[in-house]
Amino acid sequence: MKIVECKKVCKSFGKTEVLHDIDLSINKGEVVVVLGPSGSGKSTLLRCVNVLEKITSGDLIVDGKSVTDPKTDIRHIRQEAGMVFQQFNLFPQMTALENVAFGPIKVRKTPKAEARKEAEELLSKVGLAERAGHYPSQLSGGQQQRVAIARALAVKPKLMLFDEPTSALDPELKGEVLSVMKSLAEEGMTMIVVSHEMNFALNVGSRLIFMDEGRVIHDGSPQELYENPPTDRLRDFLRNIQ
Amino acid sequence: MDFQYQFVLSTLPQLMKGVKLTIYITFYGLAGGLVLGILTGLILAYRIPVLNYIGAAYVWVVRGTPIVVQAMFVYFALPLAMGIRMTGIYAAVLVLAINAGAYIAEIVRGAVLSINKGFVDAGLALGLSRFQVTAYVVGPLAFRRMIPPLGNQFIIGLKDTSLFIVIGVGELTRQGQEIMASSFRALEVWTAVAIIYLVLTTFLALSLRWLERRMKII
Repeated sequence: MKIVECKKVCKSFGKTEVLHDIDLSINKGEVVVVLGPSGSGKSTLLRCVNVLEKITSGDLIVDGKSVTDPKTDIRHIRQEAGMVFQQFNLFPQMTALENVAFGPIKVRKTPKAEARKEAEELLSKVGLAERAGHYPSQLSGGQQQRVAIARALAVKPKLMLFDEPTSALDPELKGEVLSVMKSLAEEGMTMIVVSHEMNFALNVGSRLIFMDEGRVIHDGSPQELYENPPTDRLRDFLRNIQ
Repeated sequence: MDFQYQFVLSTLPQLMKGVKLTIYITFYGLAGGLVLGILTGLILAYRIPVLNYIGAAYVWVVRGTPIVVQAMFVYFALPLAMGIRMTGIYAAVLVLAINAGAYIAEIVRGAVLSINKGFVDAGLALGLSRFQVTAYVVGPLAFRRMIPPLGNQFIIGLKDTSLFIVIGVGELTRQGQEIMASSFRALEVWTAVAIIYLVLTTFLALSLRWLERRMKII
């Protein structure tokens, strides 16, 4: 069952075309890792999926709803597609628990006590139960990113989008974030992950997409693309990120 | 030099009448200015069509003319131009609100624009509306950044009430002027008046400092 479907999606910022005729469909339960050099449009593609960016032409259907259909409630799409950012973007004036409970209270109208209870459960799921009362500035980068994952999960999305979730982290802290993402994948969550973590792509990913200059160049199994890169472009890229 | 403390004490009841009026004008004037400023600042920061231009014109005119001229215009010129007549006190409150509002608009606009776009993205990505993101995410963060410049503006506003002497409002400076005219004791009068202003502005500055500490993000 398709959860994301791109039909000839183009996206331009002024005269710069960032995405060019992207055709792509992603089924429920897939863990898609998106690779590509900076400026290749990976992040823009993710941001188009939850409509933080509007596509210029083509059509994009998320959970059965078209982002170009004026009747679609954009907020509904965003509730179904949780997003995790490179810079975490936790709300600094709220504790970890308040960050996680915030979405359900404001968006799903969950009663406060229930939202806080669920937030506690999510925080213990990402291994941060004892940090519930800490403010983001009192947490390490890895801990902040795990809270950010819990915050996105709290709204009960059907799909999770990860925009370079470990790029801002020390090598030591990457592991704790990747292992949370791995257990999420094992639970069957549909995920689109923009990341250069090749080990994650090989061990957890069910599909690898290589983008360059706004186009999807390769789309296939992570192992096959990794072991036998079909083009020099991918071979060079893989060598450079090791 | 002959400084008569006794004389200062005898003028205090009249000066206190002025203080009351100064506080009254400052309080309502700045409260109005805050409402006007937040509204205009948000309109400018989010570039709301049409209103955006009206807001920019308002800031341009008010910042570009002296407050004394604004006071004289409202009190003396408006009755002639449009038949709008009001007491000096109302004119003073209105002028202070309009004047402070323009400066506060720029403070609000600057604070809102300084908030990292990532927080807005994070709020929108959760499925919040633009209004909710402004109210619960950007607003509380921007408000903290506004406190120091807002403190400046409040103190300027309080001191600017002394300029309403030109439209005959009996605030503190005006009371000092009247006592001076009948007693010629300039040293005592202006020392007393200056100290009273200093007490008022100190109280204002300390309250804002307290608010800033309370709102501090760990």
